[in-house]
Order: sequence, then structure tokens, then C-alpha cells
Amino acid sequence: MASIESRRGVGRIIAIVVLIAITVVYMIPLFYIINTAFRPWNVIKEYPPRLLYKPSIASFLRIFTSRTVYAPGTAPSAEQLAAMKWYERIIYEETNEAVVRTGDLPVRYLNSVIICVVSTALTVVLGTLAAYGFSRFKVKGKDDLLFFILSTRMLPPVVVVIPIFLMFRFVRLTDTHLGLVLLYTAFNVSFAVWVLKGFIDEIPTEYEEAAMVDGYTRFQVFRKIVLPQATTGIAATAVFCFIFAWNEYAFAFLLSRKVAQTVPAWLPYQMGVLGYDWGAAAAGTFLFLLPAMIFTIILRKHLVRGISFGAIRK
Amino acid sequence: MSDAKTRPQARQAAPLRPMKEANLVRLFVLPTIILLIVMNIFPLIWSLFLSFSDYSARLPTEWGKNPLMVGGQNYKDILSDPDMWRRFITTAKYVVLSVGGEVILGFGFALLLQTKFKGRGLIQTLLVLPMTMSPVIVGLMWKLFMDPNWGMFNYLLGLGRIDWASDPSINLYSIVIVDIWMWTPFVMLLSLAGLSAVPKYLYEAAEVDRASWWFKFKSITFPMVWPLLLVAIIFRTMEAFKIFDLPMGITGRGAGAPPLLAYRIYNVGFLTWNTSMGSAMGYILLIMVIAITSIFIKYLNKAKQ
Repeated sequence: MASIESRRGVGRIIAIVVLIAITVVYMIPLFYIINTAFRPWNVIKEYPPRLLYKPSIASFLRIFTSRTVYAPGTAPSAEQLAAMKWYERIIYEETNEAVVRTGDLPVRYLNSVIICVVSTALTVVLGTLAAYGFSRFKVKGKDDLLFFILSTRMLPPVVVVIPIFLMFRFVRLTDTHLGLVLLYTAFNVSFAVWVLKGFIDEIPTEYEEAAMVDGYTRFQVFRKIVLPQATTGIAATAVFCFIFAWNEYAFAFLLSRKVAQTVPAWLPYQMGVLGYDWGAAAAGTFLFLLPAMIFTIILRKHLVRGISFGAIRK
Repeated sequence: MSDAKTRPQARQAAPLRPMKEANLVRLFVLPTIILLIVMNIFPLIWSLFLSFSDYSARLPTEWGKNPLMVGGQNYKDILSDPDMWRRFITTAKYVVLSVGGEVILGFGFALLLQTKFKGRGLIQTLLVLPMTMSPVIVGLMWKLFMDPNWGMFNYLLGLGRIDWASDPSINLYSIVIVDIWMWTPFVMLLSLAGLSAVPKYLYEAAEVDRASWWFKFKSITFPMVWPLLLVAIIFRTMEAFKIFDLPMGITGRGAGAPPLLAYRIYNVGFLTWNTSMGSAMGYILLIMVIAITSIFIKYLNKAKQ
């Protein structure tokens, strides 16, 4: 008996050690990006890369700014140096550059935030209404409609992007925030309906029935009884929709050029422009991945439900 | 006095019968359906029409010339184009390798994660992180990581200066590696959900019979997890078939990029502006995805029970 116990104990320890090893290996690419983002200019291109150094935020400042290099012999005077803002001094000291203006990243980042927040809000409103409808009413051909809704999600973007491009060109929605908002809402609403229907199905109908007997209308019931009970589900769905929109690339790449360009459509093409400024590229990557990582950690309890479109409820 | 004022209004409102449920449900469901029809179904029909014509979006529209109806010519051209077949094969290879790797690793991770210990939740959360990142940015990140001059990948593996992103003989495998890194957690999560649903008494009964680990795995664990694993496989296969963003981050779509299907469609549609041919190619991809989706739905319903 004791031998079985100890054998199981050994197996358990091996499993734990292997898991920790896997996790460490798994995190290396992320660690590398964070590590590169904080490296000062003089060690960025060292090979083999060193692990320990004095961290610097200059890479982040570079991705936020446009700069020119001081020509040889035209170093700023002592007064100019003293008048420099803190970030200008850091950039000057590291790469001998003068800040010209704000860079392109802040605008792209703001575009991403605006488009994702607005489309998420719209998606959740539409999705909650439809999910409630499908959950509580007898809808003719309900299963077919739900299947239709899910199937739109499975469409490869490449199939619809050509006519959408033509459509947007016709109504002048190309490269506008509104265009991408509508597109991302349509892209996410199917997901929202499925997941939210799962959440709303779980809310018992007794309260609603009682309230309707008391003279509440359907909308009052929906607003005052269902919505408060569905907050967790709605919040989780919203975070998912935000992440999906945040990460979307194919539509943004083809339907935005400048005005409404989001970060994923922009960052990969900066490699050439940045002149292989690895620090800046890594800093941009890190800044962009950060929100998704934080949201994933917040969402961890609902992840399975989300990735299975509400099919698996834990 | 005030009673007299309000009463007529109340009487006016009275004839308005409470909306029938059937009408009411439209208010809930219709906005979503309309949005989906405008943004998905209408484009889909348009695309189908274009795929049977000869049309370029860059030239002015002139009925009978641009678009000019050509019947099934585009489809005939595509299916007799050796480059398309090469792309089918490359894409299929990519799908098999990446989904295969993800299933083996993901299921393995899930089995290991059944061990209960402190910090298990943390490990699971960390492992899941890649899955919700932007594929194109993950590609970019790995491009930096795998760079032959400054990246850490070759160094850590003790390899020479292998150019993972640009060498056409290996960059398909680079994409496979990154896809596996990104999506193994997906299979892992679904497998874990399946594993946690296995009733404990089955194992207890097997324990009484002194069943071997392999026997328990073969006759209890695997059959119970299989439906969800299948869902994961189908889902990943579907996504991998239309893969575009992840490889865009690593290799771009230039001359040295692996010949994937989606690249060709975008290039035909938006670089050479053969809009109609692009639509036809898109439709072929769609038909393949629909075939996979219908299986997915079928098993999704089964897994739900």
C-alpha cells in the first residue's frame, strides 16, 4: 500500500515539475519581447542577448515620437539641454535624436480603443436583446436562425471583404471609424448572441412571470429583472468582444489606410520604417498585447465558455 | 380636476392592445438579423454574383463589360491552375501539422494539469495567455524572437543562424511552430473541460479492478474527452484553413512567403485587382469551411447533451 502511495507521490511531483518547465518555456517569447522593450539602445542588438541590464524606457518613448538625428557636430548647447523635457533628454542621451513631433502610434492606439469600445457596446446591446428574444420567446425556426447567426461567424473574412470593400467605397465608409465599428459589430454579434443566450437561459423565469402578472411589460421585465441578473454574463461577453475586435487584422488591413487605421494593421509595417529599431518594435508589441493579457486574466473563469460559444458551461 | 385631465389620455391609450409576443420578439431579434444580412449575407450574394463574372474594382463599372458575365470560367481557371493546387496542398499540410501538434500537446498539457497543487491556477492562466493575443502581432513578436541576428530562438536551441522567417524552405514550419504555440492552450482548455466532466466513480471502479493506467486512459479518459477534443480539432481546422493574419506577421506575403491559399486570394483581389477571380477563390474556400462547420455544429450539439 505504501509503495503505491509513494509511487503516486513521485508521479505527482514529476507532473508538477514538467508543468512548471513547460510554463517557463511557454513564456520565453513573451519574456523576450518585454526584455527587448526595456533594453537600452547600446545593448539592443547584442548577441547573445544579455539578460541583465539597467532597464530603459527609451524604446517606449521612441515608438511614441518622430525624431531626427543630430548631425555630427551639432550637439545641443548646455541651455538647450537644460530646457529639454525629460523624455527629450532620455531620447537624446540614448540615440542622439531630437523629438520632432508625436509619432504615429498614439493615433493608431486611440483608433483601436475608439473602434473597439464603440463596437463592443453596440454588439452587447444588440446581442443581449437578441439573446433574450431567443431565450424567452417562441421564435419561428429558432434553431435555423441560431444556426444562421453562428454560421456568419464562421465566414472567412476573405470571402466577404471584397464586396464589403465595394460597398464601403460606394457609401464612403472606407477608412472611417464608423465602417470598422459596423464591421466588427457584425463580426462579433453572432458570438455575443450565442454566449449571452447561454447566460440568460440560466436565469430562472419565475421572477419574470411573477412580475408580468403584476403588470410589468416585457421591456420592464427585461430591464429591471433580467439585465441585473445577467450582468456577469454581459460583462464577460463584452470583454470577449473587445478582445476579438482589438485583435482583428484582415478587415482593418484592407479597409483602413490612415484615418481609422488600427494598431494591428499598422505595427507590422513599421519594421522597415523603424529601420529595424527592435526596441521600438518590441515596445509597441508589448503595449498592444498588454490589454488583451490583462483582460484574459480577468476572464479566466469564463474562457472555456467563450471559446466554445457558450456550449460548455462550467 | 387633474383626474378629468388624465382620464381622456388614459382612454386613448387603452385601445392600443398590448403588443403581441410575436410582434415584440421582432424588436428583440430583428436588429441583429438585419445587421447580419446587410454586412454578411448581402456581400455574400454579391460575391457569388461577381465570381461568375469578369470584373475589376479598379476599372469604372460598365454593365456588359465590367462586370461581364462569364459563367463558370473563373472556377474552371482556378481548378486547372497548378499554383492553386500547390496552395491547397501547402495549406492542407499546414493544417495537419499545426492542428496535429496542438491536439497532442494540448491534450498532454490537460492531462498534466489534472494534478492538483498550489499554483495550478496560475500556471493555467499563464499558459492560456497566447490564445487571446492578436495573431498578426504574435507573428511579429515571433519574427523578432526568431531573427537570425538578434533573436533568442536560435541561441536558446543552440542552432546556427537559421533564418526562420525568410528561408522559403522552412518558413512554413516557422508558422506551424507559432500556430502551435498560440493555439495549444485552446485545445488544452477544451480538453480540461472534458476531463473535469468524467465521473469520478468510473475511476474508482477501475481502481477496484486494479486496472492499469493505460487501460483507464484507453477505456475511460479518452472516450469521455473525445467529443470535446473533436470540437477543438474541427474548430482549429476551420480556422487554420483560412489562416492569413498569423503568417502575415511572420513572413508577410511577398515572394518568399509560403504559398498559402488566403495570400493568393488577397493578392488577386487587392493587388492585381482581379476582383471577380478573388471572389471565386473566396467561394471555394467558403465551401471548404462550410463542410467543416457543418460537422462542427453536429458534434457541438452532441457535446452539449
